[in-house]
Amino acid sequence: MKAVTAQHIKKSYNGVQALKGVSLEVEEGEIFGIIGPDGAGKTTLFRILTTLLLPDSGSAMVKGFDVIKAYKLIRRKVGYMPGRFSLYHDLTVVENLRIFASLFNTSIEENYDLIKDIYQHIEPFKKRRAGALSGGMKQKLALSCALIHRPEVLFLDEPTTGVDPLSRKELWEMLKKLKKQGIAILVSTPYMDEASLCDRIALIQHGIFLKTETPQKIIAQFENILWSVHSKQMFQLLKDLRSNPHVLSCYAFGDTHHITVEKKKAAPHEAAITIAELEAFLKEKGHLDIKIDPIQAGIEDSFLELANK
Amino acid sequence: MLRYLLEKEFKQFWRSKAMIRTVLFLPFTSLIIYPLVASFDIRNVKLSIVDNDKGMYSQQLIEKARSSGYFRITDVSGNYRQALKSIESNKADIILEIPLNFERELVRNGQADLMVSANAVNGNKGGLGTAYLNQIISDFNTGIRTRLQQNPDEPIIPSMEILPLYRYNPSLDYKVFMIPALIIMMLTQMIGFLPAMNIVGEKERGTIEQMNVTSVKKFTFILAKLIPFWVAGYLVLTIGILIAFFLWKLVPVGFIGTIFIFASIFILAFSGFGLVISNYASTVQQAMFMMFFFVMTFIFMSGLYTPVANMPEAAQWFSNLSPLKYIIEVLRLIYLKGSSFLQLLPQFLALCGFAIFFNTWAVLSYKKSD
Repeated sequence: MKAVTAQHIKKSYNGVQALKGVSLEVEEGEIFGIIGPDGAGKTTLFRILTTLLLPDSGSAMVKGFDVIKAYKLIRRKVGYMPGRFSLYHDLTVVENLRIFASLFNTSIEENYDLIKDIYQHIEPFKKRRAGALSGGMKQKLALSCALIHRPEVLFLDEPTTGVDPLSRKELWEMLKKLKKQGIAILVSTPYMDEASLCDRIALIQHGIFLKTETPQKIIAQFENILWSVHSKQMFQLLKDLRSNPHVLSCYAFGDTHHITVEKKKAAPHEAAITIAELEAFLKEKGHLDIKIDPIQAGIEDSFLELANK
Repeated sequence: MLRYLLEKEFKQFWRSKAMIRTVLFLPFTSLIIYPLVASFDIRNVKLSIVDNDKGMYSQQLIEKARSSGYFRITDVSGNYRQALKSIESNKADIILEIPLNFERELVRNGQADLMVSANAVNGNKGGLGTAYLNQIISDFNTGIRTRLQQNPDEPIIPSMEILPLYRYNPSLDYKVFMIPALIIMMLTQMIGFLPAMNIVGEKERGTIEQMNVTSVKKFTFILAKLIPFWVAGYLVLTIGILIAFFLWKLVPVGFIGTIFIFASIFILAFSGFGLVISNYASTVQQAMFMMFFFVMTFIFMSGLYTPVANMPEAAQWFSNLSPLKYIIEVLRLIYLKGSSFLQLLPQFLALCGFAIFFNTWAVLSYKKSD
């Protein structure tokens, strides 16, 4: 049985289509990442799969139960952590945990083994009000609350947005441990660099899945020739590269620009322009310290390639 | 399930200092300060005297006005024009002008004129002040008549006197009239405003989202929201009745249990109204403004301050749509007149109607917003 399946899900808000027919399948015990920019439809999809929102059309199943007909059963089986901290600020850490445990007819003690690794970090502060916790601790509390009823599928909506790099790393390690317990995890994120931490990812933009694959395969399927370019005048460089007819696309990536280069019609594995020729072109434009290297594509390169298709 | 939610609500309730203050201070301010302030009894009317006669009678008249307790003589002017200035500068509300030769005219011709002119910007004050002054002058007049009528053989000039009997509120005490209504005002704030704010607050903070993915039923969730405020409502009502008794010596003539029966129906109706608001508002601020608008309208339509019969016919019809009208009526009738439950049946049915209407609307609009 698949943990989650969805077929052609559509949803619009006041005429704006947030999801334009999305389908997915998530295996048991898998970390499935939904990766895309803000406003791509990630939260809408999560809200539909967690029975908080009705789709306009299409169908979805969680653990074999229909999200519309069997929403009550699903609510017992899923844990949901919204993107925004949604626990009670005026209750303490342990009170928050206890109320969510009680509402699922269970107790903290009963499922302590599951949340232990996460909860240990915040246990010293268990008498503190949730509103007074730091961002990272809030996140851990929210995750503990989402797990307290031993869900079979966990939905995490942008759990790493606005969290410091160390806490982000910790969170991903926790997810890996949870995965070992057999919990299927759906996680959304706008950060491309987190894609490689998932078993499979779906790239989403404007309410459409661009591709669903393992991160490795997505990178392997990158079709274009990719170079990184650096010079002293980076902004001018961006403009000049875009003006070259052989350069198909050019984006700023940290301290270099990534460009895809046109291929030779006769030999599709060779670039239509050599590195030396491009360097000469840039020198003519007055650039200094030019460095051009062929590079391996990352997820972000793949995303941009797919998004521009 | 309900038990855990109630536990949470009560914890949050007691933890919020603002809430506790509201529950404690609301009855005290409403019933200690408002009855003193919200009074239509006119006192301390500022009187300006223009005494052109300066005789014995005019002195007696002035003294009578002063000792009545309604007036304070704040200005004595030489002529009418000067006195008018003191009205313009707000030093006086009413001018009493005694003409030259007032005493002589009175004794010789048996007739003299006085002029009373009042500032009617505050119509109530001007009107009632003038009425009081008229009363004083006519009293004075009767006194003079008996004194001037020296000869006991002369036939007595017949005169009529009206002795009103004020039933249910013999001393026409405005406080007695207002306190039952103020108890209801207090209850309205407690069970209308606060739960609506509370539910919308969960919406605004997003905590309702986390609740929605649990298997808690919406009905249970809302019931858990309302119960603490119902409890607080009864608490506030009891405190209110006690303050009315200990401080204002006001005891309901009717059966106190009837008050609680009616209060229960009203609480049900009005908390339903609060739920309707909470379904349409998405922020606490919106809910506040919506609630404020409706409660203000309900209050002015209810006859709390001005009798419903004073209103134009259309407004009288509209006043039937204010649940506050019925419950205020009921409380006044029980407190002052001692009406029994059967006598109050029309109001009871009206309130039941409101309770069904608002709660049905609340349930329907809740489903829609999903």
